[in-house]
Amino acid sequence: MGLFDRFDGLRVAHGQIKNCGADPFGVKMDRILSATEAEIEGRHTILCGSNNYLGLTFDADSVAAAQRSLEKFGTGTTGSRIANGSYADHKALEQDLADFYGKKHCMVFTTGYQANLGAISTLAGPGDYLLIDADSHASIYDACRLGHATVVRFKHNDPVDLDKRLARLAKEPGNKLIVVEGIYSMLGDHAPLKEFVAVKKKHGAYLLVDEAHSMGVMGKTGRGVIEHDDVDDEVDFVTGTFSKSMGAIGGFLVSDHPDFDILRVACRPYMFTASLPPAIVASVRASLARLRAEPEMMARLWHNVDTLYDGLQASGFRLGKQRGPVVAVHINSPELAAMAWHGLLSRGVYVNLALPPATPSGTALLRCSVCAAHRTDQLEQVAAVLTDVGRQLGIIPAEISADQVRAAAE
Amino acid sequence: MGTEALTEDTVLAEIINALLPFKKSEAPITAETEIARDLNLDSLAVMDLLMVLEDKFDVSIPLNVVPEIATVGQLARAIRDSKAGA
Repeated sequence: MGLFDRFDGLRVAHGQIKNCGADPFGVKMDRILSATEAEIEGRHTILCGSNNYLGLTFDADSVAAAQRSLEKFGTGTTGSRIANGSYADHKALEQDLADFYGKKHCMVFTTGYQANLGAISTLAGPGDYLLIDADSHASIYDACRLGHATVVRFKHNDPVDLDKRLARLAKEPGNKLIVVEGIYSMLGDHAPLKEFVAVKKKHGAYLLVDEAHSMGVMGKTGRGVIEHDDVDDEVDFVTGTFSKSMGAIGGFLVSDHPDFDILRVACRPYMFTASLPPAIVASVRASLARLRAEPEMMARLWHNVDTLYDGLQASGFRLGKQRGPVVAVHINSPELAAMAWHGLLSRGVYVNLALPPATPSGTALLRCSVCAAHRTDQLEQVAAVLTDVGRQLGIIPAEISADQVRAAAE
Repeated sequence: MGTEALTEDTVLAEIINALLPFKKSEAPITAETEIARDLNLDSLAVMDLLMVLEDKFDVSIPLNVVPEIATVGQLARAIRDSKAGA
């Protein structure tokens, strides 16, 4: 058996998806025109699948800060924090984030993936238990594989199910660390954190919340679902990313735990990878400062969410249940979803095609993400093109009654 | 299932029952049936099946055991061992 033979099944499945006319997982953006537009295959295209929730990728202050830092500190750190040392700005960014979250400690990682990988695999050790939501992101599943804890999965967003599974472990001596996400990246729903906190307290467990898709999106000041649900002080660890609302790349872990800093010499995905380049750190500091100065940016985002969600719901699409900047359109089969995705792309609308097993329960999704910088007419255009394509492919009926809209919403 | 002692046969019968919807051919599901190859369950489906079986037998079956489970019989043994350890 050859080295690549075991990918035969994957190759066939990928080939079937590519039959739609393009490779949804290999799109080339020839030029990025703004936070909401790109040129793809010579076409002016509306970006509605970039996770760029606040539209800060072209923020003048963030770009200028990155340019200054690039000139002053060079292109990269060429090594890890423990080997090559921290730059002053790494420490300053950690202080900024600790202040923002009202926590004592912060560690910055090179990606959001590594923040989860490092935090989760290191915090829970041999003899400990990780309790993870069934719909967890790949970074959480991979962290479970990297670490040495025993892993138990509970039903998605279901505190009662978590309670039941923790009760089965009541006699086990190990620490229990519960891992949930603020907003879930595929369906856009968010965790009922008040209820999860109650279960955590009942069982004496720890709780880690990944706010990757909810930082800069939810809560009065943008701290995420922990702030929205008013449980900031009850959550033991928060991870997040700079690659969504902060418009760059990188990840973080914040906590009040007094022994936090030992993680800097124990956490392998922090220790054995090069640290963030100074220009990135500078742009993230500027973007975070912008969010803190103007949290009302989030109101524009939520206004845009309503425009897209209402538009698609009125056409009869089946959408994710909870409103948010991830608007997930359910499609019955991967092949049909791929055809719809290509139909959108060829008409100048870019969204994400999301397929099982990255999606829950075998669902195929056209995953749209909304940006505060979207103009209303852009989102109306996205909804109009999706409606056209959906009708052509028989995903939604040509004419739709008010009853059908209500039925789709239920 | 409560606290009654579980024999491997009881567990096996329950698993086979839970797997019936995935049956791909006339051949019966036995202890030797390979879950991924013969029933075409992907890793996510296997994890979902584990959750159902955890509730059925009121045990914890850690995800850590998944890489070692290929056949229905191995799954039954993992559940029986969890129960024994509970």
